[in-house]
Amino acid sequence: MQMPEPNADILSRKARVVERLSAVLPEDAVIHEDHELKAYECDALTAYACPPLAAILPGSTEEVAAALRICHEERVPVVPRGSGTSLAGGALPTADSVILGVARLNEVIETNYPDRYIRVQTGRTNLSVTGAVEEDDFFYAPDPSSQLACAIAGNIAMNSGGAHCLKYGVTTNNLLGVTMVQMDGTVVEIGGAHLDAAGYDLLGVICGSEGQLGVVTEATLRILRKPEGARPVLMGFASSEVAGACVSDIIKAGVLPVAIEFMDRPCIRATDDFSGAGYPDCEALLIVEVEGSDGEIDEQIGLISQIARRHDPVELREAADADEAGRIWLGRKSAFGAMGQLGDYICLDGTIPVSELPTVLNRIGALAESYGLRVANVFHAGDGNMHPLILFDANTPGQLETAEALGADILRLCVEVGGCLTGEHGVGVEKRDLMSHQFTAEDLEAQMRVKDVFDPAWLLNPAKVFPLESSRGRRGMAA
Amino acid sequence: MLRPENEDELAEMVRGAAGPLRIEGGGTRPVGVTTGEVLSTAGLSGITLYEPGALTLVARAGTPVAEVEAALAAEGQRLPFEPMDHRALMGTGGAPTMGGMAAANASGPRRIQAGACRDSLIGVRFVDGTGAVVKNGGRVMKNVTGYDLVKLMAGARGTLGVLSEVAVKVLPRPAAQVTLRLRGLDAGRAVQAMSAALGSPYEVTGAAHRGQGAAAETLLRLEGFESQIAHRRAALSELMAPYGAVEVEDDGAAGDALWREIRDVSGLAAAEEDVWRVSVRPSDAPEAARRLEAARLLFDWGGGLIWAATDPGLDLRAALAGVAGHATLVRAAPETHAALGTFAPEAPPLAAISHGLRARFDPRGILNPGLMG
Ligand SMILES: Cc1cc2nc3c(=O)[nH]c(=O)nc-3n(C[C@H](O)[C@H](O)[C@H](O)COP(=O)(O)OP(=O)(O)OC[C@H]3O[C@@H](n4cnc5c(N)ncnc54)[C@H](O)[C@@H]3O)c2cc1C
Repeated sequence: MQMPEPNADILSRKARVVERLSAVLPEDAVIHEDHELKAYECDALTAYACPPLAAILPGSTEEVAAALRICHEERVPVVPRGSGTSLAGGALPTADSVILGVARLNEVIETNYPDRYIRVQTGRTNLSVTGAVEEDDFFYAPDPSSQLACAIAGNIAMNSGGAHCLKYGVTTNNLLGVTMVQMDGTVVEIGGAHLDAAGYDLLGVICGSEGQLGVVTEATLRILRKPEGARPVLMGFASSEVAGACVSDIIKAGVLPVAIEFMDRPCIRATDDFSGAGYPDCEALLIVEVEGSDGEIDEQIGLISQIARRHDPVELREAADADEAGRIWLGRKSAFGAMGQLGDYICLDGTIPVSELPTVLNRIGALAESYGLRVANVFHAGDGNMHPLILFDANTPGQLETAEALGADILRLCVEVGGCLTGEHGVGVEKRDLMSHQFTAEDLEAQMRVKDVFDPAWLLNPAKVFPLESSRGRRGMAA
Repeated sequence: MLRPENEDELAEMVRGAAGPLRIEGGGTRPVGVTTGEVLSTAGLSGITLYEPGALTLVARAGTPVAEVEAALAAEGQRLPFEPMDHRALMGTGGAPTMGGMAAANASGPRRIQAGACRDSLIGVRFVDGTGAVVKNGGRVMKNVTGYDLVKLMAGARGTLGVLSEVAVKVLPRPAAQVTLRLRGLDAGRAVQAMSAALGSPYEVTGAAHRGQGAAAETLLRLEGFESQIAHRRAALSELMAPYGAVEVEDDGAAGDALWREIRDVSGLAAAEEDVWRVSVRPSDAPEAARRLEAARLLFDWGGGLIWAATDPGLDLRAALAGVAGHATLVRAAPETHAALGTFAPEAPPLAAISHGLRARFDPRGILNPGLMG
């Protein structure tokens, strides 16, 4: 993967930039020693790392604005950072950039139950947003598996999803307003506690813009009343075709589960070995979760099981209580950890039309074989968001590159069947150069125009999202 | 009138336009005052893809909403956001189209639970002001590939591009529905009741309040399968008991008719008054109502959406000064639109962004000039 040459002029001005930032930020909020900067050299896409020029940790929107104003004047690129759990290299620095971390902005500003929203600073972790309201039986719906660590800032930037988005939507569907600082230090308020923001849907564009339009410091999020209860049913099938057909039939029957999770044989085996969940030995496994009162759950699970039986499941296990529910989820929840035990892996994130599931799984299998690598599949089947995990050995020279080439082929396949490169992890640097496979030059131009408006000098989060070739002329303006 | 029969022709016509274009789907939701030659999308019609098992549908922009709703109904599905039909309120004819619906972000009572039109919109194709054809999003419901221009186009009223195709996420249509009714509440108590209902675990899919004094009624809709509705209706009735006697409308057709009235704001149709659409925090709705005492009001979305019929020419924004939110002038004489402005003025930094977007997507300013940014 290629990154632009760092700007030598900026590198030579490091001392001056640090000094100016130190003048507007608390002493411990400006990090510039090489050994300390190691902590900011990468995100969860650890294959790529590069220490930044400096890292800053402002404690208020005003401090963010003051720091950005300086970086803007100095023409120094800025990479916003939440918790650094991006799997796409979204928070990867360049050597001539300043990392702006929002970790110190972690307060709850207001909780309002009658109007069902919470306002937080964006460095707050996803899980601790729900944590702030769960005693009162409310929750914040988007729940990425990384929710213990990831920040609302990163969730907004990536428009993150979660296991329950089939019913509750992703971040953009649960975001009511933001305070955002533009690269030149201008503070804008977009949306708020009312339901519809006025004018163009800027909130919708900012969500998912991967830190390239502004630094989001506060957010108003919708909170929901917890359902009365939830329980899963597990089913095993002899082939992924049958499992795919079962998913489609469940949806067509008018039941709307909160989650439909799918695992293939390699993943079932690995997670079962790792967690002892007691999963059946079969080609494809579905976990379908429904919500409601006990009676409502019984009825929905009854209906789902009836549909499943028509597809000759090798196993059908309904959770009767919380204990059994926990056991069903155990393996799925430890899937990533289990795969980690098997070696290094790349986690892909393409989405496909649900109807293409069997075809795509077969073709992924064939592709993996041709590359001599193993792929395990675990994903959100209800919405077609796949997470093929490509297993490789980072210590064998060349294997990372082979795995990446296989990954690119799989993502191209997703696009080819009518899907997309990324369903929830974002483009970052990882899928940047594949964008021209999904989009025409005009499509990309339209997106880049939006960045021109928000960040005319193209200083925010450089070299992400758009193929370097497409953005070359614009990025040149930063110099 | 320009009437392209396909996307290529549409792009050609926009590229070749000598002056302003007034973009029209069915012409049922005119907003503000705009000029120019009519560019009708009616020729771009037809459902191009519908996969009930994937909950997705794609249609060309000029496809009548009714055609889509019929196709969905045949499979026991529906548009989640219950798009409003503006014809009665605006006194217009024609047939609402998918493109017009998306461009207006038209959403009805179920918006409070299932999200607005923009939340269900998963893909668009459009022709920008330079005549370039652009696609964004797609036909899958989880997609974060690149910037989300789908949201930007939703509600932009054609000013950033002429939609040629839209893709939506759809939902199953539940088997049963009931509406709980409380009578005689004032706006303050009604909003409290609606907040309590919406804050319950029973997934209330409509919460509206209309009328004054003894004639006032507060309506709460539940949808689901039969046994679920039986449970939720009892539980919600108990929760609402402190607000008065709870009546239950369990006739499906009567319920549909009731919510169609709310959705289409038919109570404020065919009158001389101006009509405003006000978006506020639900708990601020009673204060807004107090300030608008002389107006006829309809509260939807638990109080978060207020429709107000006021004396012609009244500056509603001035009356609501200090209440957070914004107001759009939906129905008024051209002079009133000119004097008060159709859309709420934006704070300077936001206005700069809006103008910047408009200037880049439509550099010649030919798409519905006078509207939006
Ligand atoms: C084990 C694991 C499981 C995961 N599971 C999921 C999952 O289920 N669903 C899912 O969607 N994702 C998942 N992810 C990916 C990741 O957690 C999400 O993308 C998350 O939202 C990133 O949040 P963060 O705070 O760590 O952001 P970072 O990694 O710090 O940054 C992510 C992006 O946000 C930008 N950004 C950060 N802060 C700001 C700000 N204040 N203003 C503007 N832009 C900003 C950055 O520049 C970067 O582009 C997973 C990751 C891991 C490691």
